Amino acid sequence: MLPAPGRAVLDAVAAPAATVVAVNGRVAVVELADDLAAKGVQVGPAGDDRVELVGAAVGEPPDAFVTLHDAFVPEPVVVDVPEGVTLPGPVVVVHVTAGEGAAAFPHLVVRAGAASQVAVVEVQTSGEERALVVPVTEILVGPGARVGHVTVQQLGFATWQLGLQVSRVEAQATLRSTSIGFGGDYARLRTDCRMVGRGGTGELDAVYFGEGDQTLDFRTFQDHVAPDCTSNLLFKGAVGGRSRSVYTGLIRVGKDARGTNAFQTNRNVKLSDGAWAESVPNLVIENNDVRCSHASAVGPVDEEQLFYLESRGVPTDEAERLIVSGFFDEVLSRLPVAGLAPLLREGVAAKFARRDA
Amino acid sequence: MTGSGHVLEIRGLRAAVGGTEILRGIDLTVRSGEVHAVMGPNGSGKSTLAHVLMGRPGYEVTGGSVTLDGVDLLPLAPWQRAQAGLFLALQYPTEVPGVSLQAVLESAARAAGRPVDGVAATLRAEAERVGLDPQLLERPLNVDLSGGEKKKNETVQLGVLRPAIAVLDELDSGLDVDALRACARRVEAATEPEGDRPGLGVLAITHYSRLLHELRADRVHVLAKGQIVRSGGPELALELERHGYAGLVGAELAGEAEEETPVAIRPAIDDPFGGPAGADPFADPLA
Repeated sequence: MLPAPGRAVLDAVAAPAATVVAVNGRVAVVELADDLAAKGVQVGPAGDDRVELVGAAVGEPPDAFVTLHDAFVPEPVVVDVPEGVTLPGPVVVVHVTAGEGAAAFPHLVVRAGAASQVAVVEVQTSGEERALVVPVTEILVGPGARVGHVTVQQLGFATWQLGLQVSRVEAQATLRSTSIGFGGDYARLRTDCRMVGRGGTGELDAVYFGEGDQTLDFRTFQDHVAPDCTSNLLFKGAVGGRSRSVYTGLIRVGKDARGTNAFQTNRNVKLSDGAWAESVPNLVIENNDVRCSHASAVGPVDEEQLFYLESRGVPTDEAERLIVSGFFDEVLSRLPVAGLAPLLREGVAAKFARRDA
Repeated sequence: MTGSGHVLEIRGLRAAVGGTEILRGIDLTVRSGEVHAVMGPNGSGKSTLAHVLMGRPGYEVTGGSVTLDGVDLLPLAPWQRAQAGLFLALQYPTEVPGVSLQAVLESAARAAGRPVDGVAATLRAEAERVGLDPQLLERPLNVDLSGGEKKKNETVQLGVLRPAIAVLDELDSGLDVDALRACARRVEAATEPEGDRPGLGVLAITHYSRLLHELRADRVHVLAKGQIVRSGGPELALELERHGYAGLVGAELAGEAEEETPVAIRPAIDDPFGGPAGADPFADPLA
């Protein structure tokens, strides 16, 4: 029942603390070690006792698709880690969208209590049928908590995704979140990171790779509400075939957010004549005591690097492959969840091999 | 490969960059075991020659021929020239984030049908030979390396790749005297035949003669305005030190060198290895 990408991630994560499989938004499998349950860790359907968590980070729906999601979400999944608890391994949540013409509205809430530590891997998969998935993920990072989060989006090439991820980072807490965008026909992900407690840190990374006729659409919002927070965003993408990618990013520094450090970098490599990438960074700053920067680039494989490797005797295709995998390695070498890097490097290599298709 | 070794033949080579002719008919022959130095003032076409030989994009060959063991190099892609036995040590080696030197050298070996197993050990041994901290090999290629470390890294690659002919573009720039000596020793050792492998042929491109204090050149060629205007033995480098490019080939051919780098050539003194009192004789005036 579990599609290959979900299985591959489960195999790559050596010792998951818990596993959830949800099909079309409905929980099908929950595995959680007894000792963790005894510590008050909850993994599974939100149930009546934790229903108030659903929507806690999102607040007002930012667009019509989230409103639609709210209307249709069948069974939100909750990963709730009490104060001071450190999970021994990652929690893996696999969302499966199945069936011709299916529309799925999966929902995940991660609540990390004060000073807790948790890593979560989310997988979005679907088959080759035409389908729509509107996922919403909420991450509540309590004071002093540390949360690692990786989303592996490996949907089928006929699936549309309109996704939202919202995180709230409290005082002295750290969120490290990485989005992998490999699949989908049109795949959109909006990532909002709200720095709501003093001294919090948000690290937002992404790796995406378009092929064929894919359109990958990333929208990010680093929202600095509290003072002395750091947010650091690095989105790296490649486009081959006739694929397109769009990156739109906004940093907003509120008037109370003095001492903010906020950085935003988006780099794109264009691997074929028919491919197209766009990058639109934005800053809105309402406080003077800040350090902010944004940078973006779209271009072919670096000519200097290509010549250098070729002059060592590396054939052109192989040199490009090395350079592109090296380009993504900046993100893949610092994933917040151990064990996934080899799998994702293979994913990049497979996308690269199909770049002219 | 023949017993007599390899030969790089450059005949009447002309090349342009952005429509401007830079090389205006170069003739050079480099054989296995020989060290040729090409010296010239700024703008004489030295680096262009190096890049044209390796086939860097952006350089247009407008005439002449370049062959290695009779194989016409000019229609070949850079990697094919490298596979044919040519190596270029760059003046400014490129940083390649996320890519390890070992992966590059293994890929080159694989493409050449050579065994990949021994590459790591050879790489380590070559690094030690030129005094490059082996830990630096773990870093992405050239990333965060000092200028000197990058040049050592080029020499390490030369040692691992074992080309037939190496073009060294300003190998001495950015190297302190000890590092220069270590690199020059390595190159010189490579010029010696080993078993039935002929010695490396070297085309060393340099602005200053200090490289030639460490690497003995069999032939010295002076390049000016895209042409070789003088060729001679090692004594030609000494003559250059005494009289400068302007003194040797005339102010007109020496071109920009006079205006740009008035101290490019050390003053005429009796001891060619000495210098003005208190001055570092190996100081790079461009540093």
